[in-house]
Amino acid sequence: MVSVRVGLAAWTAAVLCATALSPALAQEDRELVIGVSQYPVNLNPLTEAHVVQSYIHGMTRRPFTAYDPEWEGRCFLCTALPSPEAGTAEIRDIPEELGGGRGWAATFTIHPDAVWGDGTPITTEDVLFTWELGRNAQSGVINFELFQDIVAIDAIDDKTFTIQWDQVSCGFDMINNFELVPAHLERALFEAEPSAYPERSLYETDPTNPGLWFGPYLLSDIELGGEITMTRNPLWWGDEPWFETIRVRPIQNTAALEANLLAGEIDMIAGEDGISIDQAIAFAEAHGDDYEVIFQPALFYEHIDLNLDNPILADVRVRRALLHAIDREMISERLFAGHQPVAHVNINPQDRVYNPDVPTYAHDPERAAALLDEAGWTLKPGSEVRTNDAGEPLALTIMTTAGNATRELVEQVLQSQWRRLGIDVAIKNEPARVLFGQTLAHRQFDSMAMFAWLSSPENIPRTTLHSTMIPTPENNWAGQNYPGYRSDEADRIIDALETTCEDPEKQELWNRLQVVYAEDLPTLPLYYRAMPYILPTWLEGLTPTGHLAPSTLYVEHWRPREGAAR
Amino acid sequence: MGAFLVRRLVGLVLVIAAVSFVSYALIGLMPGDPIDVMVSSNPDLTPADAERLRQRYGLDRPLLTRYLRWAGDVLAGDFGFSRTYRVPVWDILLPRLGNTMVLLGASFLLSLAIAIPAGVLVATRPGGPVDYGVNLLCFAGVSTPSFWLGLLLMYAFSVNLQWLPPNGGGSVARDGFFGWLSYQVLPVTALTVASLAVYIRHVRAAMGEALAQDFVRTARAKGASRRRVVYHHALRNAMIPVVTVVALDFGTLFSGALVVEQVFSYPGMGVTIYDAIIGNDYNLALAALLLATFAILLANLLADLAYAWLDPRVRLH
Repeated sequence: MVSVRVGLAAWTAAVLCATALSPALAQEDRELVIGVSQYPVNLNPLTEAHVVQSYIHGMTRRPFTAYDPEWEGRCFLCTALPSPEAGTAEIRDIPEELGGGRGWAATFTIHPDAVWGDGTPITTEDVLFTWELGRNAQSGVINFELFQDIVAIDAIDDKTFTIQWDQVSCGFDMINNFELVPAHLERALFEAEPSAYPERSLYETDPTNPGLWFGPYLLSDIELGGEITMTRNPLWWGDEPWFETIRVRPIQNTAALEANLLAGEIDMIAGEDGISIDQAIAFAEAHGDDYEVIFQPALFYEHIDLNLDNPILADVRVRRALLHAIDREMISERLFAGHQPVAHVNINPQDRVYNPDVPTYAHDPERAAALLDEAGWTLKPGSEVRTNDAGEPLALTIMTTAGNATRELVEQVLQSQWRRLGIDVAIKNEPARVLFGQTLAHRQFDSMAMFAWLSSPENIPRTTLHSTMIPTPENNWAGQNYPGYRSDEADRIIDALETTCEDPEKQELWNRLQVVYAEDLPTLPLYYRAMPYILPTWLEGLTPTGHLAPSTLYVEHWRPREGAAR
Repeated sequence: MGAFLVRRLVGLVLVIAAVSFVSYALIGLMPGDPIDVMVSSNPDLTPADAERLRQRYGLDRPLLTRYLRWAGDVLAGDFGFSRTYRVPVWDILLPRLGNTMVLLGASFLLSLAIAIPAGVLVATRPGGPVDYGVNLLCFAGVSTPSFWLGLLLMYAFSVNLQWLPPNGGGSVARDGFFGWLSYQVLPVTALTVASLAVYIRHVRAAMGEALAQDFVRTARAKGASRRRVVYHHALRNAMIPVVTVVALDFGTLFSGALVVEQVFSYPGMGVTIYDAIIGNDYNLALAALLLATFAILLANLLADLAYAWLDPRVRLH
């Protein structure tokens, strides 16, 4: 009994001491703590691409080019986007020794004041080194194809260079993924053993080295798997940031992430990698007066891929009936409080190339029933499931990522709505890794798979719609055209889009592609997902983008509202 | 004794070798690989990029070839780099192991410090109000999911009362000793409640059985005091089944408590192993699993030695 008392007393004393001296709520005036749900595994911009990594990089680096919050391309590290009008882009003949043919030559100028965090100027030497590293197959760079598409880089001076692309395709003026790395620090490590570069890079061995960063903030402390701290970069050449220190704290459990916010341990939850939409809606209802909750429509296209090799789904009338049978407006309104609008095609309405005149499929059970009757799937008296003349039932399966509560809920609503029309749909979910790694990649889904595509503005859907991108054993399962969609017209338009850069021809092609998509329905469009940002009411200047370029690219404009109390 | 130890140590090495192969094969046979996951979240990666990255990380080679290469490196003392963190695996595992040992060690010791006397107390007063009260609490403790209890504690003590930080971890360097301690309170409490209930029930059952034995009656007949009968004669014998349970739980000191670690964002072994397996980080997952296997085997060996110490009738052959 004595030990029980001693044990309890010791624990209570420890709790009281710890409580009294707890650092909770100890916020520095010019410190911002941001909660995210994942840790950014590694920080080398060339060897990994991850949403939290890009979020950190938004504060500590700048891309040459990226899309802005209005979804227009703009320069960050360069001074102006190249264009034929400005005389900084032209189509040139490519010398035979470099492969021949013709391709765009685009000239970029690095911002004149741009310097690495250790004071070394950012120059074309860094550009040439990054290109050399990027096109070395041993270096572990992920966007190798981008660097391969560049046949030459001509350094005009320390700050100006011309990129010679290997073909005449659009997008010559944007080099979003040309992630610059410092030649003065990384070259020796790369040249010593290119294949060991990913492990030997200073981004892995000495990530707080100021010479690796050049954004408004420098990475000053990192706990492996834990918090990442950034402090102001004294050599930053842009607008002066207000916060001295920014901490990014990964908290995997999203309920705990929310509790951390309410407890004052973190100031805000990032929309790029935070809590789910349903959690955010519940949070807004409970704490909407104390926090600003922004639901930013984003380039996440939630949809259902249909396996067009399934004889039932090969009939376009069945595909259209499936879409008429479901009430997507109701799902958007009831489950997402209207924050995730209904999708009609794979292009987001915020995207400049969106066609508002595509055919749409309103909730119309009668029309759906008529289409199914016409396709030979009829409901016999006394039966709950439609059958064809051979007596085969109209039975399908739907798959999604197991454990994703929002998708599982939507799936159940869809199943019940299809059931009312006599379509028997069985749910068969799998973990994300299995669904994406095996089932979809090898087209092993029987009929329907619900998931989201993430894209960038004006992203040409070659990998998802072109017939050469259907994964097969012969092409070693390359491509993401999981439905197995084959359309000569869609193929022609996609090919043409890659080389038609000017309106109105370009927009006409985009318009027609979206009409073809909406008529053929290789997938069932559901809704565009939103990114929920939960911010303190005192913070201003944070502008969500809704696409891959994170809101942290404008971190220098984040500051407390005039007169607002923290 | 010497022959026993040698035999068990040889067995330990063989079991570790078998576990390493089975673990490697199971991770390797899981559908998908990290490149598939990378492609699904990065629209700019082309099929050619994915293929080249598979070659770069050796994911295109047969599983057995990869295993043999890994095993050869391990025998040479090189456990390799973590694929995800790009640092030597022990740079990640050792701090995580330290964190887990603090979390689970504190919970383990606290549970035992409370469970043994509490179990003895209820065993010596069967059927009384104390027995019923403790039993009720034990059922509540065993039935309460630790993630739910964790969230409940977090909302009570962090969100509403704002006494303690809602997450685990902390660091002495950054937060000071008491600041660091404040980060341990909630996760340790959440873990202790669950294990405490289990230990109390084991101690109660074992003590109840020991108190009904002939040697206890003999000790009482010989005039031994109640305290001596309970703590010297009965408790020592009752400890044998308890040691078995404790030895099995000892292994978790090295493998972590995934659910509580996730709820409290506690950087421990459980989350590390889980993330490594999901991310196909072979080197990290295997080193962690082998460490946990080694710890469990070692704990079982120590438990066997403890049996012999507690019960002179037990002989080690």
